[in-house]
Amino acid sequence: MANIFLLAITALLIENFVFVKFYGICPFLGVSQKTETAVGMGLAVTFTMTIASALTWPLYYFVLKPLQIEYLETIAFILLIACLVQLIEMFLQKAIPSLYSALGIYLPLITTNCAVLGVALLNVQNDYNFIESVVYGFAAGLGFLLAIFLLSLVRERFEFAKIPKPFQGVPIALIAGGLLALAFSGLRLSF
Amino acid sequence: MILSLPVYFEIPLTVLVLAAIAFLFGLLLAVAAKKFAVEKDPRIDEITEYLAGANCGGCGYAGCSSYAKAIVEEGVQVGLCPVADAKANGEIARIMGVEVTETARMRAQVMCSGNHTTANYKYLYQGLADCHSVSRLGNGPKECSYGCIGLGSCVNACAFNAIKLENGAAFVDYDHCRACGMCVSACPQNLIELVPFDSRYWVACKSKDKGVTVRSHCEVGCIGCGICAKNCPNNAITFENNIAHIDYSLCNQCGTCAAKCPRKIILDGLKPDAIPDGVPEV
Repeated sequence: MANIFLLAITALLIENFVFVKFYGICPFLGVSQKTETAVGMGLAVTFTMTIASALTWPLYYFVLKPLQIEYLETIAFILLIACLVQLIEMFLQKAIPSLYSALGIYLPLITTNCAVLGVALLNVQNDYNFIESVVYGFAAGLGFLLAIFLLSLVRERFEFAKIPKPFQGVPIALIAGGLLALAFSGLRLSF
Repeated sequence: MILSLPVYFEIPLTVLVLAAIAFLFGLLLAVAAKKFAVEKDPRIDEITEYLAGANCGGCGYAGCSSYAKAIVEEGVQVGLCPVADAKANGEIARIMGVEVTETARMRAQVMCSGNHTTANYKYLYQGLADCHSVSRLGNGPKECSYGCIGLGSCVNACAFNAIKLENGAAFVDYDHCRACGMCVSACPQNLIELVPFDSRYWVACKSKDKGVTVRSHCEVGCIGCGICAKNCPNNAITFENNIAHIDYSLCNQCGTCAAKCPRKIILDGLKPDAIPDGVPEV
């Protein structure tokens, strides 16, 4: 139990997917202008990562490993994740159209989001069991949610700040993201 | 359960496994597509068919399909599309079961006629052909800081190839112009205005400088003398910041202003002969 808890904290804070591993930077910068859509994106990624962890584990251990074709993990996982994202997209369009239109192009982009593929591959590399995989996927997703939420809070305040012209938009967002990453790396050193 | 297969089975096996996984997921998606299908008004697609598909934004919406959606779902007026002709608008109105509301056709007009021949240059620019970057260098290469930079940011913005550059100034081909307004927002000098399509006279200058300065900068600049305003029988011309401005709701196309202008810079769009040297036929 303590092991699982430690795993979750590691994925969430100490080895935060965005700030320490630098996965999923595209949506991190692309959808962080408004807190509302940022949280929506974060939740969508968290959901996708959890489900992807839960589905890639049996795919790996019950299909790829018995057939001794583990080297197909990347392509098989991508196949699964792409299908999963399509499903989520259909579901959101039906159930929460406002979130669907707010996420726009970034929702299909989760398909190629390296955070989702990364968590699936790391689960296998680190020999996690099923429970550990799901917890790791969920915590890593929450880590992404935390990162994008924090950046969106900062970026909302940029609206009212006097930013020199060359720094407006993405440059200042990158600087803010870099400072946040610095803070998280400090957390890593203290453990 | 570990299979021990001969090596030559390995490649067909991988193909088979991936194909099986893909087929399974495809099946799942097909079922989900049916289950989560969003009911969309078929009229939206029908209307999009009749719109131009250029996504120019002239109607005020993000693109053709969002305008079609607005027509169907919010009951927005038919006929806002500057590109769709009367026939297409008629079809859209028929789909929606409403009357067509005519909107006055507009055209874009570049309010400057200073070119290589008529305007003086303070420097020769060689570099990236983009008006925005050059406008940061002392408001362009011409001595007049309000004039057309002539590198064609409007030409690039136009989705209908209606603007061309001639001798260092931009001109609109009225027949091709659909008045979508993309060039209006693309011009860093704010030189382009939308005017009624059938209006003839336009002031070919936007300089806010005083008369003496304008004279030294350009042969075809408005010096703000006010003769046109005094002579206009309909009081359609007003002066602000040393520049004449025609109010097209009052103008009755009499042409007095063009005849009286001492600098000959109120031009007649329908009479190419009236345009000074260097200005191509429109």
